[in-house]
Amino acid sequence: MRIFGNAAYRFIERRKTAYVLSSVAILAGIAGMILNIASIGAWQNYGVDFEGGVMVQVTFSEPATTGDIRAALGGASGPDVTEFGSDGAFIIRAEQTADGNIDASREEIQASLAEAFGESAFLIDRSEGVGPKIGAELQRKAAGAILLSFLLTLIYIAIRFELRFGMAAVIATMHDILVTLGFLALFRVEISLPTVAAILTIVGYSLNDTIVVFDRVRENMAKKGARKRSQVDLVNQSINETLPRTILTSGTTLAVLMALLVVGPAVIRDFSLVLILGVLIGTYSSIFVASPALIEIQKRMGESKPKREPVEHAKDAIPT
Amino acid sequence: MFKTIRGRVIAIVLVCAAAGYQLWSQGLSLGLDLQGGIHLALEVEDPDGTLTPEARVDAIAQAETVVRNRIDQFGVEEPIIQRNGDRLIVELAGIDDPDRARELINQQAYLEFKLVRPASDIANRVNVIDRAVLAEFSQDSLAALGRLVEASEAAQDQAELEGLIFGGAGNDSTSASDSTAAAESADSTAQADEAEDEAPNLSPFGSLLNNDIDPTAGQVPGSFLVAESDYEVANILLGNARVRTALRDVSLHWAEELIPAGATSYRRLYVLDEDAFVTGDFLNDAVATRDMQINEPIVNFEFSRAGGREFGRVTGANVGNSIAIILDGIVVSAPTVRSRITTQGQIEMGPGTPMEEAADLALVLRAGALPVPLEIAGQSEVGPSLGQDSIDQGEIAGLVGIMLVLGIMIVYYKMAGLLAIGALAIYVLLVLGGLAGFGANLTLPGIAGLILSIGMAVDANVLIFERIREELLAGRATRTAVEEGFGNAFSAILDANITTLITALILFQFGTGPVQGFAVTLSIGIVASFFSALFVTRTFFLIYLSGKKGSDPISI
Repeated sequence: MRIFGNAAYRFIERRKTAYVLSSVAILAGIAGMILNIASIGAWQNYGVDFEGGVMVQVTFSEPATTGDIRAALGGASGPDVTEFGSDGAFIIRAEQTADGNIDASREEIQASLAEAFGESAFLIDRSEGVGPKIGAELQRKAAGAILLSFLLTLIYIAIRFELRFGMAAVIATMHDILVTLGFLALFRVEISLPTVAAILTIVGYSLNDTIVVFDRVRENMAKKGARKRSQVDLVNQSINETLPRTILTSGTTLAVLMALLVVGPAVIRDFSLVLILGVLIGTYSSIFVASPALIEIQKRMGESKPKREPVEHAKDAIPT
Repeated sequence: MFKTIRGRVIAIVLVCAAAGYQLWSQGLSLGLDLQGGIHLALEVEDPDGTLTPEARVDAIAQAETVVRNRIDQFGVEEPIIQRNGDRLIVELAGIDDPDRARELINQQAYLEFKLVRPASDIANRVNVIDRAVLAEFSQDSLAALGRLVEASEAAQDQAELEGLIFGGAGNDSTSASDSTAAAESADSTAQADEAEDEAPNLSPFGSLLNNDIDPTAGQVPGSFLVAESDYEVANILLGNARVRTALRDVSLHWAEELIPAGATSYRRLYVLDEDAFVTGDFLNDAVATRDMQINEPIVNFEFSRAGGREFGRVTGANVGNSIAIILDGIVVSAPTVRSRITTQGQIEMGPGTPMEEAADLALVLRAGALPVPLEIAGQSEVGPSLGQDSIDQGEIAGLVGIMLVLGIMIVYYKMAGLLAIGALAIYVLLVLGGLAGFGANLTLPGIAGLILSIGMAVDANVLIFERIREELLAGRATRTAVEEGFGNAFSAILDANITTLITALILFQFGTGPVQGFAVTLSIGIVASFFSALFVTRTFFLIYLSGKKGSDPISI
C-alpha cells in the first residue's frame, strides 16, 4: 500500500490561497483576543496557574447542579462553578482575594460546601491554589521559554542548513503559535501549565515536520542539475516526495492523540485537544507556510541586495 | 561488534536488560497528580515588605530545617523538601489528610508565656485606645467601618461597660458626654442617621466591648469580650500604627475559644505584658495525652532547665495572678497561678478536640517553631481516587493508541511494519527503564508525553521505510535499497530529533512538577526512538534480509 506515491501537486503555486487562509485564521484569532480583553479582561482565559486564585475540583455522591453549588458558595458574586466531565464532578474557581491568601479561599470553599451539602456529600478530587507572585512569574517564564526555543532552533537550523532555512522554519513556527493562540482565545480554552506544554510540543512537532521537508530540499539542491531548475520546482518536488511520510506520521500521531482525547483522563482533555490542533496546523504549515517562506526569502535574498536585513523580509513573508 | 548481526543482537539484548533491570529494581514512581498528595510552595509572610531578600532567603533556610524535622516526625514516605530561592517547596505523596499536613507544615508553633495585666491596670487602656483611634481615623473612615452607625447602642454598652470596669466611679468627661449623646439619640431610632452627625461616637473601640453579656467576665481579669461580628473591625482599629504605639507597654491577644451567648458568640481579648517571660525555645519535650478528669486532650510539656528556672521565678512571684499561654499569637488558655510551677505545664485543647490535633500540636512543639510565619504562595492537591482514575484511563488510552499505530503500520508496511513494531516494543521498554533509571516521576502529562512520543517514534521508521521504497522504485537491489534508505533518512531523523530535544529541555527548565514529567518523558523518548529506529529496526532488517538473496523482493 502506498498513498500519494507519485504525487506532483503544485503546492508552491497555490501559496497565495494559503496566505489568505492563514491570514483569516490569524485575524480571527486576534479578533478573539481583543474580544477577550473587552469581555474577560485578559487576551486569554488564564487558569489559576497563571492568573492566581483557587481551583477546586469536587465530586458529589448525590446529584447536584451547578446552580445548587453556586448558591452554596455565595451566588452570583461567588466563585465560578462549571461541570467537569460527567459523574457529578465540578470545577470551582475563585479569584484571588485582596490579601492573596489562597489557603483561606480554599478553606472557605470547602467549609461552605460542607455547610450546604454535608461533610460526606462530596469529595475533593484536587485543588490548586496559586498566589499572585507565582502566577506572574509563570507568565514571564512561559513567554521566555517559547522565545528561547525559537532562538535555539533558529541557531541550530541555521548551522545545519542555511540561515534562510532557519528563518523560514521560525516563520512557520510563529505562524503555528499564532494560529493556536488565536484558536485558544476564540474558544476560551483555559491556559494552564499543561496548555503551555502543549504549545511548546507543537513547536517541536511543527519543526520536526518542517525539517523533514527542508532536509529533502537540501538534498535535492545538492543533486546534479539542480542549479538549472527553478527553486519553486525543487521545493515542490521535495514536498511531494515527503508527502507520504508527512501524511502517515501525522496520521499515527493524530491516532494516538484521538485515543487520549476520547478515552484518556478528563484532566488532560484540553491538553490533547491543543495537541491535535497543533499537529494539524503543523502539518499544514510545513507545506504551505514554511516552504513558501523559503521561496520568498530566497527570492529577496537572491536579488541584488543580499546584505539587507533579512528579518525585515521575513516579516513580509508572514501572511498577515 | 556492531558489524555482525550477532553483535547487534547482543547489544540490543544488553540495553534491554539494563532498561528492564532499572524498571524492575527501581520501579516507576508516580507523580503527585497520579498518586495523590500535596504540593506546597511556601514563602515568608511579609505583608509590609520590610524584609531584605537576604533575610527572606535566610529565614526560609531556617524554616526548611524545622519543616523537615516536623515531616520526619510525622512520618511521610519520601517527602520532597527543597529550597528554591526564597521559596520552600514541599511535596508529600500519598497522604490521606492534606488539611492536616498543611496545618502541620504551615503552623508557626511559636509558644509564649506572658503575664496577664491586673484588672486595675487595664481600666484606662480602653480610653488610650479610643483617643488614639479618634486621632487617627477620620469620621468618614470610622463610618465606613460601621463605628458611627452603631453610635447610640454602642455608647450605651460603653456606659454599662465602664460601670462594670470602673465600678461607676471615675467617669471622665469623655464618657459622660458620650452617654448623654447616646441617651438623646437612643430615644428615637428614626433619628439614627442624624445622630450620626450630631453625636460622633467618641468611643469607637470601647463601644465594641461587651463584658456585660458574660457572667464569668469578672473571673477573667485583664480581658474584654468582643462580639464575633465586631472582630474584624476591632482588628483594624488595633492594627493601626498609632494605636499600637499608644499600647507600647502591653500586647493584646485574642483567645482561641468562642463564647456563645444567645444568638451571637463572643471572643475574648486579653491585655498582656508586652514581653514573654518564657518562650517555646525553652521546651524540652511535649506529649499529647488525654486528661481523664476533664476528658479532653491535653499537651503536656516540659521546660529545659533554664526555662524551668525562669518559669518558676515568675510563677512564684505571681501566685494568684493569671498567665497566658499563647500559641502563634492566640491565647490558648490563661490559667490562674496557684503555686510556683517549674518544669511542667500543659495546654488544654478544649472539649471535643480530636486527639489527632493534640498529637500534631505536641509534634510541632517538639520540632520547634518556624523562625517566621510562612504563607502558602502556591499549592496543589490531588485526591488518591482521582489519581487512580487517571492511571486507569491513561492506560486504556495508551493501549488504544498503540493498537491504532500497530494497525496502521502493519496495513501500510506489512512485514516492515511488523519489524517496526518490534522496535517500538523495545522503544517502550527503553523509555520506561529510562524513566525508572533517572528516578523521574510518571505524571499525567508524562503519560500523555509517552503516548505522543510513541506516535512520533513511528516517524523515524516511516522516514526510513519511505526512503527504502523510493530506492526500490528506483530499481536498486534489495540490500542496497535498505542500506541507502537508512543512510538517506539519517540526516532528517537527526535534525528533527535534536530540535525536538531542544524544545523538551527548555520545557524541563521552565516547568514545575507535571510539566517537567512531560519534558523528561519526551526527552527520554527522543533518545530512545533514535536508538530504536536507527539501530534496532536496522538490526531487525538485517535479520530479515539475511535469509534472502540480493534480488529477492521484500515486504514493505
